[in-house]
Amino acid sequence: MTSNDAAVTSVPEVVTKDRVVIRFAGDSGDGMQLTGDRFTSETATFGNDLSTLPNFPAEIRAPAGTLPGVSSFQLHFANYDILTPGDRPDVLVAMNPAALKANIADLPHGGVLIVNTDEFTKRNLTKVGYAQNPLEDDSLADFQVHPVAMATLTRGALEETGLSKKDAERAKNMFALGLLSWMYHRPHESTERFLREKFARKPDIAEANILAFRAGHAYGETTEAFAVTYEVAPAKLAPGTYRQITGNTAMSYGIVAAGRVTGLPVFLGAYPITPASDILHELSKHKAFGVTTFQAEDEIAGVGAALGASFGGVLGVTATSGPGIALKAETIGLAVALELPLLVIDVQRGGPSTGLPTKTEQADLLQAMFGRNGEAPLPIIAPQSPGDCFHAAVEAAAMAVKYRTPVMVLSDGALANGSEPWKVPDADTLQPIDPGFATEPNAPDGSGEFWPYLRDPETLARPWAVPGTPGLEHRIGGLEKADGRGSISYDPDNHDRMMRLRQAKIDGIEVPDLQVDDPTGDAELLVVGWGSTYGPIVAGARRVRGLGHRVATAQIRNLNPLPANLGQVLRSYKTVLVPEMNLGQLVLLLRARYLVDAKSYTKVSGLPFKAEELQDVFLDYLTGTHPNTSTTTNGAPMTGAQA
Amino acid sequence: MSTDLGLPSIGGLDLVPHTEDKQTAKDFTSDQEVRWCPGCGDYAVLAAVRSFLPTLGIKRENTVFVSGIGCSSRFPYYLNTYGMHSIHGRAPAIATGLATSREDLSVWVVTGDGDALSIGGNHLIHALRRNVNLKILLFNNRIYGLTKGQYSPTSEVGKVTKSTPMGSVDHPFNPISLALGAEASFIGRALDSDRKGLTEVLAAAAAHRGSALVEIFQDCPIFNDGSFDLLRKPETKEQRLIAVRHGEPIVFGPEDDRYAVVRDGFALKVARAAEVDAADIVVHDQESHELAFALSRLSDQNLDHTVTGIFRNVDRTTYDDAARAQLQQAKDKAPNADLQTLLNGRDTWTIAG
Ligand code: SF4
Repeated sequence: MTSNDAAVTSVPEVVTKDRVVIRFAGDSGDGMQLTGDRFTSETATFGNDLSTLPNFPAEIRAPAGTLPGVSSFQLHFANYDILTPGDRPDVLVAMNPAALKANIADLPHGGVLIVNTDEFTKRNLTKVGYAQNPLEDDSLADFQVHPVAMATLTRGALEETGLSKKDAERAKNMFALGLLSWMYHRPHESTERFLREKFARKPDIAEANILAFRAGHAYGETTEAFAVTYEVAPAKLAPGTYRQITGNTAMSYGIVAAGRVTGLPVFLGAYPITPASDILHELSKHKAFGVTTFQAEDEIAGVGAALGASFGGVLGVTATSGPGIALKAETIGLAVALELPLLVIDVQRGGPSTGLPTKTEQADLLQAMFGRNGEAPLPIIAPQSPGDCFHAAVEAAAMAVKYRTPVMVLSDGALANGSEPWKVPDADTLQPIDPGFATEPNAPDGSGEFWPYLRDPETLARPWAVPGTPGLEHRIGGLEKADGRGSISYDPDNHDRMMRLRQAKIDGIEVPDLQVDDPTGDAELLVVGWGSTYGPIVAGARRVRGLGHRVATAQIRNLNPLPANLGQVLRSYKTVLVPEMNLGQLVLLLRARYLVDAKSYTKVSGLPFKAEELQDVFLDYLTGTHPNTSTTTNGAPMTGAQA
Repeated sequence: MSTDLGLPSIGGLDLVPHTEDKQTAKDFTSDQEVRWCPGCGDYAVLAAVRSFLPTLGIKRENTVFVSGIGCSSRFPYYLNTYGMHSIHGRAPAIATGLATSREDLSVWVVTGDGDALSIGGNHLIHALRRNVNLKILLFNNRIYGLTKGQYSPTSEVGKVTKSTPMGSVDHPFNPISLALGAEASFIGRALDSDRKGLTEVLAAAAAHRGSALVEIFQDCPIFNDGSFDLLRKPETKEQRLIAVRHGEPIVFGPEDDRYAVVRDGFALKVARAAEVDAADIVVHDQESHELAFALSRLSDQNLDHTVTGIFRNVDRTTYDDAARAQLQQAKDKAPNADLQTLLNGRDTWTIAG
């Protein structure tokens, strides 16, 4: 694309592209997440479809300039609907040697590399094991390298402001943002407004950042270092009003909306944990909607307080990640026994134990299904994109209230922090849910008593009688209760019946049929996913279809109960493949439940699948070359990620 | 930034609907058969609570008892109020959610020494620190009853039990000192068998706005028989029991042999009343944190001297009132909070059909 001729003209050539992937990489202290966020906002406002992948270390400030301290933000944007944050960047912005070293392997041949040369000092190079400055040898000859002294240029632009050298240099990320915004013709009003608001209390810092941002823009425009700029036209998405949203924000809005549709106040009990904390932060801003947030002393108290609130006739919600869900297990089991509504949000992250706090994984499925003592079934919903977290939360709350049960929503790190354009739902079209509190004694024997475990014959839900209702005073608890009457019961037959009733209630929950995307209607390979793998699975499928192959895809949103038509769907394909970011949890369930020989493809690297990677896996299956050599302990043929 | 919410100081039950109807202990008695061992101290406490609740004049349906796990945690089943028998140690957390969401309820927690001080220690101290409007009845029998007789976090050192055949080696908690350390705004103590003293403490706890911890020395005749006998037997109790009352000098003992509590450096000690200057006798001040702490240290596990009554009773903004006030503030500021506006956010774009 770049030609030497172009480099000598003063007006750069404008190249039109369908899609672009940019990765900003720097030190944790360089503000790469903010830079990425801003570029995303500009891109969203411009009307491109987009998908993002923030990737940052668990340490708040890992030692500066080291490989573990590298933080990056990848953004994929296009003039059509895209599904993943992109596999490999077209453009890599490296703010220091560590960022270059950690990311250069992903940059394809001929890719654009923009480097902040100021950080390429001998000391910083040695820190990450560069014996020689890669900018000075020919190790980067494969790429279109743009060395830019960003810190120096930023400092120069801010000379007049009187800021210290150090403070001035801190704005270099905005310089990089300005430069990229120029390169891709992004609108920049929203960034300037954002900076003014963010630093409202420090107007000089706001102005400095804006100056740096403009300086980056001007640098692109006036120097002749860049021969081309790029245009990516707005995407033609379905008509409607759009905004950009992350999964955690969408989940929080879903919880607020759930309060509205049920007419109930919302009580969130939560303990700070990555990456679920943002839900606590977001909801704490929405008290005007009747949302109480309680930062508990621990995970157990978070869910306990939420359950106590539910007992009081409020929509109790708890949100957690990683080991937090293990700590809550006993209380969730109590909620199963009490048969009270409770919303449990699990933003899955890398495990076991503390694992990889800031990385994504899907390894809590079996815990969500079975991770409580005794038979303790509960419904599970897994959103499949950041925006879908909104709908998952609303559906889960409606289910919890209708069936008087805890419901678990399985998000994950990729959904929680990833963002996409979101077609904003029309609040007026959200279906209202009547909590249907009990108001009258209900004993079938006409005694005028209240029986807390007398079930609705249709839903099998028990009545929700809240304190303050005269005549319905009753006691519930974790001890087994007599069917109907609800007093303590150790009767063997009663226990067996109650166990089956609780299971039947969950099994009987209405969930929509599984939708299969099989454009030609005669595919032999069905790829089944759940949760955040939706994007890469569909993107991978599009690619193999583009190569002339037939493949069907289906994403299971309701993991418990499973869609009624699932067994029939699975049996109607010659090969069923289940890619998961765990060691084969859904596949285990599907094989056990439906006796189908579903195949498994798994990867647990802390990063989402790439479309290219899944394309290759699908192709292997389609062409019959897949090396099914090893087998998991659960009997499913296993293939790991290729290195 | 600290926020003075300037909340008016109100009583513990002021927001709970009252009733003019005459209520009796029977109204508060459920149809469940009480199943504690014969002679268990829990019976006396249950009887005291059943006859005390009607005196509050609040609607029965607005009364909730939440318990954890243990013998005493069966309590809610025996009261005809709303109740939840929850899981081990978690009752204060569950009750916090309930009390914060419902200002119109009188919320009580029933717990034991194992439930509150061992598995649930964290929830107890945080409930006290936050000063949630909860009344916590801590049945302290210094043993695990329901699991059949292991030593508890309040058992004396050297306790020989099923799990400690050579005697326990760990030092016990002093629940009153612990609660004071946790910033409790109300702390009282009574003996299970002392109906009058217990009812007095319960009444003050109910009237207090905020967390109230009431430690009840409770006899477990099955696994720790006679553990508080020194405080019950007429021949020993008078020299040991020190019933304190706000504003009154702390004196006790038989009429002919009175004792007084006097200062001893930073601590307190017991002296013969006849041998001290009347002016040196400590006057109980339920608002003094320091005095309450010193009083809690008079009573060691050997029960040499045991203070009963109200150690501490101070006014402090409650968590639940403050949380509700913030909610109200936010609602006043945005009375028409619009969901669609929230969903739209600041930057939207439209794709035409
Ligand atoms: S074991 Fe002890 S505390 Fe438990 S019911 Fe029996 S006597 Fe009471």
